[in-house]
Amino acid sequence: MLDKYGIAKRIAKEIQDGYYVNLGIGIPTLVANYISEDINVMLQSENGLLGMGPFPYEGEEDADYINAGKQTITTLPGSVFFDSAMSFGMIRSRKIDLTILGAMEVSEQGDIANWKIPGKMVKGMGGAMDLVASAQNIIVAMQHVNKAGESKLLSACTLPLTGIRCVKKIVTELGVFDVLPQGGFKIVELHEGVTLDQVRYSTQGKLVE
Amino acid sequence: MINKSVSNALEAIREVKSGMTIAVGGFGLCGIPENLIAALMAKDLKELTCISNNAGVDDFGLGLLLQRRQIKKMIASYVGENAEFERQMLSGELEVELVPQGTLATRLMAGGYGLPVVYTPAGVGTEVAEGKEVRTFKFHGVEKEYLMEYAFEPDFALVKAWKGDRTGNLIYRGTAQNFNHAMAMCGKITIAEVEELVEPGVLDPNFIHTPGVYVHRIFQGENYEKRIEQRTFRPKE
Repeated sequence: MLDKYGIAKRIAKEIQDGYYVNLGIGIPTLVANYISEDINVMLQSENGLLGMGPFPYEGEEDADYINAGKQTITTLPGSVFFDSAMSFGMIRSRKIDLTILGAMEVSEQGDIANWKIPGKMVKGMGGAMDLVASAQNIIVAMQHVNKAGESKLLSACTLPLTGIRCVKKIVTELGVFDVLPQGGFKIVELHEGVTLDQVRYSTQGKLVE
Repeated sequence: MINKSVSNALEAIREVKSGMTIAVGGFGLCGIPENLIAALMAKDLKELTCISNNAGVDDFGLGLLLQRRQIKKMIASYVGENAEFERQMLSGELEVELVPQGTLATRLMAGGYGLPVVYTPAGVGTEVAEGKEVRTFKFHGVEKEYLMEYAFEPDFALVKAWKGDRTGNLIYRGTAQNFNHAMAMCGKITIAEVEELVEPGVLDPNFIHTPGVYVHRIFQGENYEKRIEQRTFRPKE
């Protein structure tokens, strides 16, 4: 079984040389720490930056340099700033190779819900709906079950949707799963110490073993 | 030479009236027009409809106008940093339209490009699609559904740039560009505040972000706080 750092480390293996990658908030942000130094990757921040670097050293922070999570960041050689309309232009026109984001629920059809819990505070969808509607390659990083112990891999999402038929791959603390075009969560690998029974027990949607 | 410079924020917003729709630049607190927001507050305009990616925090940015009940309706993509916003929304005092961030930026852009509508796949199959025209296009080699979204035509756009000249040409810095460029382009009247206002000819025409034709008033702001929401560091090596 993996912790959130382990999930991030596993997802980093999916990133290939030359990729432009958009990382969402939460576990996806951690992925940046595990990208191999042998490959060249550009991180996109949808508020208008390609080539995002690490956090600044204390005292070197700059209010004009932030990421989509409003955290202070730095740039790298080759970085470029642009406006919000162009930022989503490059997302819609498929220039971004990989999008990694968190989710509250994913359905066996690849539907994703990650922006709203009715009756509770609605914070807004931010850029998530745009990203999932256009990205060709979406990996979801999340826990297999929610805090109440209920499966987040479902036959159908119960929460308001962010996008439909878009998730291709899910990495949880239990394993790696492909969402099949015909529907279903195909087990690609189980993490060390995880049994098939554990995955069956924690997956409500159709599992393809 | 066309001179659009005015002396300060209050003079710049002279024609802004209660009940108008205004686009306000910035992403979080980065690149927000601090002086213009303060002027809206000082003039105590009411019933405003604000188009802005976020709603500020409780005591800064658009949060200042929310505290004073100056905003009737908020059109935004993410409003999670503001407790007063949450209170007003849940009590029904504030009308809220949540728009996907790319759709928001693109509707602003469309206004500035003279296009009444755009089609975007964002929100297809979700509650964002309710009541909207859906069309199928073959694009990028695949058939896919798209939502028709209308361009924004705000009465005023209030933006912040790093440098500008008296003809209204603007240059932004870093990620403070964000929504400011698209908003500047779509305002019926666009007001820009800049950290440094220079004479025409000083800025290299090769490196202007927003051409001055889109800007109607410009002034040099003062006392920029440039507050940071999430101060994050890496350890010293």
